[in-house]
Amino acid sequence: MASQAATSRRYLIQRIGVGLLALATLAVVVPIVLVLATIFVRGYQAINWEFLTAMPRDGMKAGGIFPAIVGTIILIFATGLAAIPVGVGGAVYLSEYARDNWATRTIRLAMINLAGIPSVVYGLFGLGMFVLFLRFGTSIIAGALTLAIMTLPIIISTAEEALRAVPVEFRTVSASVGGTRWQGIRYVVLPQALPGIITGVILGLLRAAGETAPILFTVAAFYLPRLPRSLFDQTMALPYHLYVISTQVPGMPPQIQYGTALVLLILVLSLSLTATVIRSFFRRRRQW
Amino acid sequence: MPGMPDHTPLPPKIRIEQVSYFYGAKQALHDVTLDVPAHAVTVCFGPAGCGKTTLLRLINRLNDLLDGTRRSGHIFLDDRDIYAPGADVPRLRRRVGMVFALPLPLPGTIRENILYGLKLAGVRDRARLEAAVVRSLTQAALWDEVKDRLDTPAMAMSGGQQQRLCIARSLALEPEVLLLDAPTSGLDPISTDKVEESLLTLKRTYTIVVVPHSIQQAARIADHAAFLLDGALIEYRPGSELFTNPHDTRTQDYVTGRFG
Amino acid sequence: MSSEATSAKTRSRWGEFFVESGIRILGFSTIGFVLLIFFFLLREGIPAFTKVPLGNLFGTRWYPTFDLFGTLPLILGSIVVTITAIAIALPLGVATAVYVREVAPGWAREILKPMIEVLAGIPSVVLGFFGMTIIAPLIRQGLGLPTGLTAFTGALILAYMALPTIISVAEDALDAVPTSYRNAGLAMGATQWQTIWRVVVPAARSGILMAVMLGMGRAIGETMLVMMVTGNAARMPLGLDALFMPVRTMTATIAAEMGEVASGSTHYHVLFAIGIILFLLTFILNLAAAQAMFRKRRQGGLR
Repeated sequence: MASQAATSRRYLIQRIGVGLLALATLAVVVPIVLVLATIFVRGYQAINWEFLTAMPRDGMKAGGIFPAIVGTIILIFATGLAAIPVGVGGAVYLSEYARDNWATRTIRLAMINLAGIPSVVYGLFGLGMFVLFLRFGTSIIAGALTLAIMTLPIIISTAEEALRAVPVEFRTVSASVGGTRWQGIRYVVLPQALPGIITGVILGLLRAAGETAPILFTVAAFYLPRLPRSLFDQTMALPYHLYVISTQVPGMPPQIQYGTALVLLILVLSLSLTATVIRSFFRRRRQW
Repeated sequence: MPGMPDHTPLPPKIRIEQVSYFYGAKQALHDVTLDVPAHAVTVCFGPAGCGKTTLLRLINRLNDLLDGTRRSGHIFLDDRDIYAPGADVPRLRRRVGMVFALPLPLPGTIRENILYGLKLAGVRDRARLEAAVVRSLTQAALWDEVKDRLDTPAMAMSGGQQQRLCIARSLALEPEVLLLDAPTSGLDPISTDKVEESLLTLKRTYTIVVVPHSIQQAARIADHAAFLLDGALIEYRPGSELFTNPHDTRTQDYVTGRFG
Repeated sequence: MSSEATSAKTRSRWGEFFVESGIRILGFSTIGFVLLIFFFLLREGIPAFTKVPLGNLFGTRWYPTFDLFGTLPLILGSIVVTITAIAIALPLGVATAVYVREVAPGWAREILKPMIEVLAGIPSVVLGFFGMTIIAPLIRQGLGLPTGLTAFTGALILAYMALPTIISVAEDALDAVPTSYRNAGLAMGATQWQTIWRVVVPAARSGILMAVMLGMGRAIGETMLVMMVTGNAARMPLGLDALFMPVRTMTATIAAEMGEVASGSTHYHVLFAIGIILFLLTFILNLAAAQAMFRKRRQGGLR
């Protein structure tokens, strides 16, 4: 029958179509696995206690990458210190105080813009404002402040979401027993939103940890004889280190390159995992 | 006729004078005038949307939390205008407590729930705080059931217990007025009984305004009853009279179940 | 009230006022930062327009050492790489989003979603490293080219960088299509495939458009990856075979040359001027995406 043929042809198209979709998804997912696996396989042999804790030797071709690891951790902390108060404060404003008017819409527009600025343009800004204009020089503080502004949109939007998720009834109850708006926020809403806020902060900071362009002109150094001692020192950092040893040092053993990439990957992915674990742990314990 | 029911010796605790209220363009209350006597249970009832909850929330200025609303008229607590500029709103809300239609415990332990308002007000004295916990839970008829688990999560209690906790939470602040918006909706009959009983005891110390869950509840507990319809006050008389002998046909129709 | 209680009340009122003002300032700080960034870009970039004649600045030859600051090869380089990347990422991303959202069984979804999150977390320098050491040689051998560091290689890996953005926005767009649409399609006897392509995807069209714009913004702003993989030759990419030759993007130029430039020199100012171009480009792309989002919100769309 003609209709039977049409029906079976439709179902054939369905099967092919779904197959194509699955194929596309595989094309997306398989390379991810390949990237991770390749870096792991080619790099894990470089990783030992010395690699992680010793200073580099022989023009980076031997020894360890300790200062780069320490530098990245310092930058993460410093960025967090700058970005968290501003980010959480901004989120509290948007969630608890802002009305739906053009001023608020402008703030949201500004956030979208900050999120879209290319990382190298942040580097330029950091160079212009912190390194040169404010005369901090290439320093941890210049790099951290640049990274902090870059991380702001992520922190604000996830923190705002976490705050809005707290039921509005809690605020009403707090007001009904004589609490001011800030008291309600400080003693009820913020503590309840804290897991979500922490998750957002970690996600933002792990982005900052992996960025190279913003720190290129503001803080990064390829080789420093000793660890940084103050906020105004330069520092090494993992992403920049990986970039240099893979593009600018002839004769660099590939194992060290892959090893460095692997360390950076592990750092970033374990932060991501921590954030996910925190999010699901507290979601289960939530009393609302 | 609306106004003050006669033979009450004390001056009215709350005077509501020609209050109109608008949510944007929609008018929720039309020129409501009503005196709430002290140490009595005053009931505001009517069909859904008649404005009773709105009226209640105006008395402790909880409607301040909303945007885009407009109010005219005055509300006096002990002869002072609660909407006067510079009025201390947190203090008003400590004097006029509110219990909501759904049990709304705060996250935290039973003790933390009770003490939250007191701590916000700056009370630090341990003895005073402990005394408040005992006193308020006893007044809310909850003490016996929870006295040995004050440090367990409040949300682990049953609905009826949670609602009595909310009453205790308001009482801990030693208010003068207690506003209750359908406090027993969603509660089982035993809890409902307990709550109604405590109200009858509490009225000796406090002034109580209730939006009842049902007409029967209104008839059971009301010393004075106000019937509202579409934002206007239709009739306001002693409870014993209004339910048995309503003057207005609309009141009669509602009370006998012909609409609503 | 005693005077003690009154002053305590006044103190707490002032405290509340200060806290609220502080929060208000922090709320508006994002606007301040955007303006600050733009201001500094202008401050250091405008001198380029006064020191370098426009014919030079928008010429086709970029040889800073000879005072030739033609930015056209760089602008075109960015455009070619970005468009190719989106051309690869859009079908892959939408297909994946459709698969994950509409077709995949629950267990598959549990694996796929974290995998895409992992991809989003991989630093661009790591992907650039991988592209440089593994993919580029493969392309060189596979296509018989003199070098594997080409525009195409860059676009290929850039596509993967942009995929998480495109997938997530496309997924949101699909989520916003009411279930009733799907039910209606199936009730009329259409297969799931037909329902998806004739009903659901067209309804999510504006969301998919938004995904394209956000993806493009992401791609055009990418620095390290393109720097390591596209060959860094500032030539005009004209003709189809230019796709398989080295090229240079605006971002890579800034990153590569800023380190060797004397502060205050013409070269320095021109690099900042390129930064202004990048800022404005991404500003426009994000503005367009934001308008689409606000319009949908006002119409009552879900996201």
